Amino acid sequence: MSFTVQAMAASGSAEGGGFEAPSPADFYQPLIGSGQWAFTRPMLLMIISIIFIAGFLIATTRKAAVVPGKGQWLTEQVYNFVRNSVAQDTIGSKEFIKYVPLLFSLFMLILVNNLFGIIPPFQYPTFSRVGFPIGLALLVYVIYHAIGIKRKGVAGYFKGLIPSGLPKGIYVLIIPLELITYFITRPVTLALRLFGNMFAGHMLLLLFILGGQYMVLEGGPGLKVAGIGSWLLAFVMTVFEALIEFLQAYIFTLLAATYIADSLSNEH
Amino acid sequence: MHTNAAIAAGLKAAEEGPGVKVPIIPAWGELIFGIVAFLVLLFLIQRFVVPRLEQAYAERTAAIEGGMEQAGEAQRQAEAAKQQYEDQLRGAQDEAAKIREDARSQGAQIVADSREQANAEAQRIIDNAHKQIAAERQQAAVSLRSDVGRLSTDLASKIVGESLHDDVRQRGIVERFLGELEAGKVTPTKVGSTSGEAGA
Repeated sequence: MSFTVQAMAASGSAEGGGFEAPSPADFYQPLIGSGQWAFTRPMLLMIISIIFIAGFLIATTRKAAVVPGKGQWLTEQVYNFVRNSVAQDTIGSKEFIKYVPLLFSLFMLILVNNLFGIIPPFQYPTFSRVGFPIGLALLVYVIYHAIGIKRKGVAGYFKGLIPSGLPKGIYVLIIPLELITYFITRPVTLALRLFGNMFAGHMLLLLFILGGQYMVLEGGPGLKVAGIGSWLLAFVMTVFEALIEFLQAYIFTLLAATYIADSLSNEH
Repeated sequence: MHTNAAIAAGLKAAEEGPGVKVPIIPAWGELIFGIVAFLVLLFLIQRFVVPRLEQAYAERTAAIEGGMEQAGEAQRQAEAAKQQYEDQLRGAQDEAAKIREDARSQGAQIVADSREQANAEAQRIIDNAHKQIAAERQQAAVSLRSDVGRLSTDLASKIVGESLHDDVRQRGIVERFLGELEAGKVTPTKVGSTSGEAGA
């Protein structure tokens, strides 16, 4: 059913020999056009995810009632999780409500697109293409710096990066470290963590499924058994992937909230 | 949706596409598309989803608080009513005690009054009886006196043969006789002999 599997099967038979392990090239799937500006499969998935998320959320909250129906209840469970467990606990009950839409959107978009990695017929995690996590991380990056500068002014913001109460001598060490943390490490890790998990997880699934397929189709009796074992392992890995996909959405949202809270707080 | 030709074309393009050799190099199209798509979702959620949920939450909070306030109000009213009933009950008990006390004292008063009245009545009856007795005795004495006088004179005139029916004489004799009688000079049992001796 998966496009990737079909593609690999096709390419495998086309080559006519030897097993070709899945590579980064498998993730680049342009549907229209080619090169930098091609309309790719993950773009289509993202459009579908946004139609699905927005459609579901708006439909279930259109007549938001004091006593919720089933749909509203489901939406509220996810919304409450982001609103209370992530936003309120991290940013604090005074200012969190302003950032709930941002965090809720981040969480929903990442979660649904991640889950696309294991849900047929999509079976492709959008964020395994590095452009998407970099885009989101860039947005978060701009937002948390903007909040900090708006709150404390440019000078105050940079002064606030240095922890108070340190001896002057240690500033030589601390200032470059803090600048690297705030301006390089945070956005890069935010983007690459999500990308790496989705990319590697999907690669692993591909390897188990396609490897198993190759062994069952082309191998001798012993390899056929091993191939079936590989498929079983792929099933286990799929369940494991589901957990990781949820966790990554949570971690991305939580870190975004943490960075925003950091910019809002007066102390470092 | 995907023909084999399309797949083949896609695969051919994939060989030299962005992020193929080094997967952490983003494709500009995907990066910008991702940002725009997210902003669209953010707009929709901020505009249509969060306000409605927050409004529902606020209404829910208000409903719960209103309910609790109402419950508190009901409890206060119940307590006030209980207090009132207890006061009334205490008042009623006091009143009942007072009424019992009054009744007891009134009863005692009535008994005392009755006794006094009865005593007075009894005294009055006794007095009346005494008076009546005295009056009757008086009357009896008067009547006896006249009767005895007449009988005596009749008897005496029969014995003496002398008419003693002369009023003046008769009265004088009788009075004298009675005077003697009262003085104890004659005893009634010896009337015959005395009068005989007196006559003789």
